[in-house]
Amino acid sequence: MRAPRDYDDIPGTYVQDAAHLRKGYHLNMFCLSLNEAGNRDAFRADEAACLDRYPMTEAQRKAVLERDWLGLLRLGGNIYYTFKLAAFDGMTMQQIGAAMSGTGISEAEFKQMLLDGGRPIEGNRSKGEGRGREGASSAAQARPIEGDRGKGEP
Amino acid sequence: MARIIAGIATSHVPAIGAAVDHGKTREPYWKPLFEGVEPARRWFREARPDVCIIVYNDHASAFSFKSIPTFALGTAPEFPPADEGYGPRPVPVVRGHDELAWHLAESIILDEFDLTLVNEMPVDHGLTVPLSVAFGQPDAWPCRVIPLCVNVIQYPPPTGNRCFNLGKAIRRAVESYPEDLKVAVFGTGGMSHQLQGERAGLINSEFDRAFMDRLVSAPGELTGTPHVEYMREAGSEGIELVMWLAMRGALAGTINEVYRFYHVPVSNTAYGLMVLEDGGSRG
Repeated sequence: MRAPRDYDDIPGTYVQDAAHLRKGYHLNMFCLSLNEAGNRDAFRADEAACLDRYPMTEAQRKAVLERDWLGLLRLGGNIYYTFKLAAFDGMTMQQIGAAMSGTGISEAEFKQMLLDGGRPIEGNRSKGEGRGREGASSAAQARPIEGDRGKGEP
Repeated sequence: MARIIAGIATSHVPAIGAAVDHGKTREPYWKPLFEGVEPARRWFREARPDVCIIVYNDHASAFSFKSIPTFALGTAPEFPPADEGYGPRPVPVVRGHDELAWHLAESIILDEFDLTLVNEMPVDHGLTVPLSVAFGQPDAWPCRVIPLCVNVIQYPPPTGNRCFNLGKAIRRAVESYPEDLKVAVFGTGGMSHQLQGERAGLINSEFDRAFMDRLVSAPGELTGTPHVEYMREAGSEGIELVMWLAMRGALAGTINEVYRFYHVPVSNTAYGLMVLEDGGSRG
């Protein structure tokens, strides 16, 4: 275990530090391989066979195959790498943003939260403010989606 | 003598590039952003810098966790747009200024900033989106570009103070180049945003506006901001703002703020744009 860090109490945030890198290196290297069109074709043809080429843990393999976006981060994934997998699936940052929120918020609700000024900082600064954070999330979630302003947008 | 005429700060949100590439700039979602960008484009059309030094970060395109240079300078004659997982952006090849870049390398390294020098590298949205912001959709970019890539993904990125001092070293290097060139320096990335985790979608406009104010009038107050404060207040990806300090360090103490624009949201991000003319510029 590493010594505690000043950023450990930031909620819902997976800092790409040394421990994170060592945990997720091969997972991220697999995601990186999707930068090449040939590798994208191979992954499309046989996902499991492509993953065999990377010494990942069983949990990491499962998270890739199941597209568990939050699980991937917890297992050492980095968003710039896991987003390559999301882009492979044709997903937007808002779609996986909603999925990573872990509150069951939909993509439309996530987009609306951004149109309304984003996830608020109040209540989200530290884990000690946790109750406030949940309140903020469910407020965004409960907000009705008006019109189609966010529809089809990034 | 080459001289720095201005610093430009802009976020480099990939969706801006996609909006330009796919002709969406007049759609309701995008219209306010591209209207807000227009005065900066006008400034570029008039000021016409010969070279833009673009301080940006790579997003697992040219570099990756395989090797992580803290500061990497592009010394090649050209840089192709990167395939980031969905094919390269349909933008012109970026033409470098290898002679000035090598001068920068020599000057800055002897100034004790140990740069990595890169002679082959694709450039991703971190660099090409700021070009689209500045120049729209030309057949060829109207200036030479020197990429200066900063690691802001693997902790720890360089400190804001280190970036600010790197900017000063860039200025010394530019001003010791004999050819008469007008140089603009870009600081890209930010503003507040968090792409990852349960806190994804975080935006902190109050932090962003204060950052812009202090960047103009009191950058020395910003250089001591620790990483944890950026991550906490501006989101884990908001730490990209240290690259704005490299731009600011390259400018004179006194600057003329020509233009400022702030817009929320652009994709998952608070978008910020500033055009800061150098106070020491001789017109």
